[in-house]
Amino acid sequence: MDNADQTPLKRTPLHAAHLRAGARMVPFGGWDMPVQYAGLRAEHTAVRGGAGMFDVSHMGEFRVTGPDAEKFLQFVTTNDVSKLKPGRAQYNWLPGESGGLIDDIYIYRVAAEEFLMVVNASNIQKDWAHLQAQLGQHDARLSDESEQWGLIAVQGPLSEEKLQPHTAADLSAAKKNSYFAARLFGMDVWLARTGYTGEDGFEVFVAAGEAERMWDKLLGIGLVPAGLGARDTLRLEAGFPLYGHEFSDSIHPLSSSYTWVVKEKTHLGRAHISAAPEVRLIGLALDKVPVREGYPVFAGGQLVGTVTSGSSSPTLGHPIAMALVNAGSADADEFEVEVRGKRHPARRMGLPFYKRG
Amino acid sequence: MNTPTDLKYAASHEWLSPDGTVGISDFAQDQLGDVVYVELPEVGREVKAGETIAVVESVKTASDIYAPASGTITAVNDALGNAPELVNSGPYEDGWLFKLDVSEEGDDLMDAAAYEAANG
Repeated sequence: MDNADQTPLKRTPLHAAHLRAGARMVPFGGWDMPVQYAGLRAEHTAVRGGAGMFDVSHMGEFRVTGPDAEKFLQFVTTNDVSKLKPGRAQYNWLPGESGGLIDDIYIYRVAAEEFLMVVNASNIQKDWAHLQAQLGQHDARLSDESEQWGLIAVQGPLSEEKLQPHTAADLSAAKKNSYFAARLFGMDVWLARTGYTGEDGFEVFVAAGEAERMWDKLLGIGLVPAGLGARDTLRLEAGFPLYGHEFSDSIHPLSSSYTWVVKEKTHLGRAHISAAPEVRLIGLALDKVPVREGYPVFAGGQLVGTVTSGSSSPTLGHPIAMALVNAGSADADEFEVEVRGKRHPARRMGLPFYKRG
Repeated sequence: MNTPTDLKYAASHEWLSPDGTVGISDFAQDQLGDVVYVELPEVGREVKAGETIAVVESVKTASDIYAPASGTITAVNDALGNAPELVNSGPYEDGWLFKLDVSEEGDDLMDAAAYEAANG
């Protein structure tokens, strides 16, 4: 994402730490973020085989409180918030009134009448305006805590082993999508067993003012700092859609296989969600030439869709891509992707491309 | 940054040797990161200085390569087909891209000192 309008880029509480670590910084959704430190491939491999960490402090946090907090969230999301117990986190969607998604989010239930919502960095203002507009007669309150939180995603198979010596909490007892308050390196945190890499890990919520001290402590126990480049290749291998690529205001979210995010209930935009999607999200594998977002996809000589995300897969050693194609062509096995005017064979590959053993 | 003094450099980060060999600079390969694919021109193709003539792709992005001189392509580095990482490990040696029979150099080529100053 470029910064064409020249508004000053926002900085996370870890900005100085990134510069100290020699990160290459790039504009991302209005933020000045590290795209890589030592190198994308090394960072990717560290997360798949050991433990790495990402600064995700740019993501937004909204607190929703009040007697109608659950009722309000049930109305503006597609998943069943009533099933969410305190101490648990849930992946969820904010559907648009006229189709598509406003955002894909995580909701953490704090108490019967209190939730924390984590939203994509580039959507903070849009989500806030949308939620405020929908609040209406609900007896609930929204507060934007985005500036108050630092968020560090510790990811990789060795995450638990690396963190355990530095907290009294029993990390082995923490289930996927659970979270709890703890002390880590003597700092008050929330530890959530969540992530976006296809690996085990913990997302560390820490006060913004302590985030840099936490980051340095985590560096000290050998966690490999990883940038947005590795974050993107890791999530692509894991088949996770990314807002702005596989999801948007105009893409039908059920084009993806994430149909479980929509539950039987009344909610905003229900009619659009209920309509059958005309396109489907598929995985493609190529032999050599990497394909990128926007490249045309063909089946049987006909244009049938577009690549939404593509890269060379560091784990698999060949290029992979996700593409939105016409539903009628989505079951074909052989496709072609046009790269600089020339079509290259691509075969359909089930998502995810990579699943941890 | 490794910038050999016997080469000339384009602002777009290609180098040109006295014998017409072309590659990308150490600075450029470092900026790109791990190279995973290189698309090279056909031998015999006539090119004009500044023309897009090849593509070097890293994991993250695709970068156009511009001809630093006008002339005819006389050879391409076929080894890059199976080992594109040579562009990272030896941008001035095994990672060269193609050779040109140079008819006229581009008019904005820099010497090593000027190139380093421009990318300092």
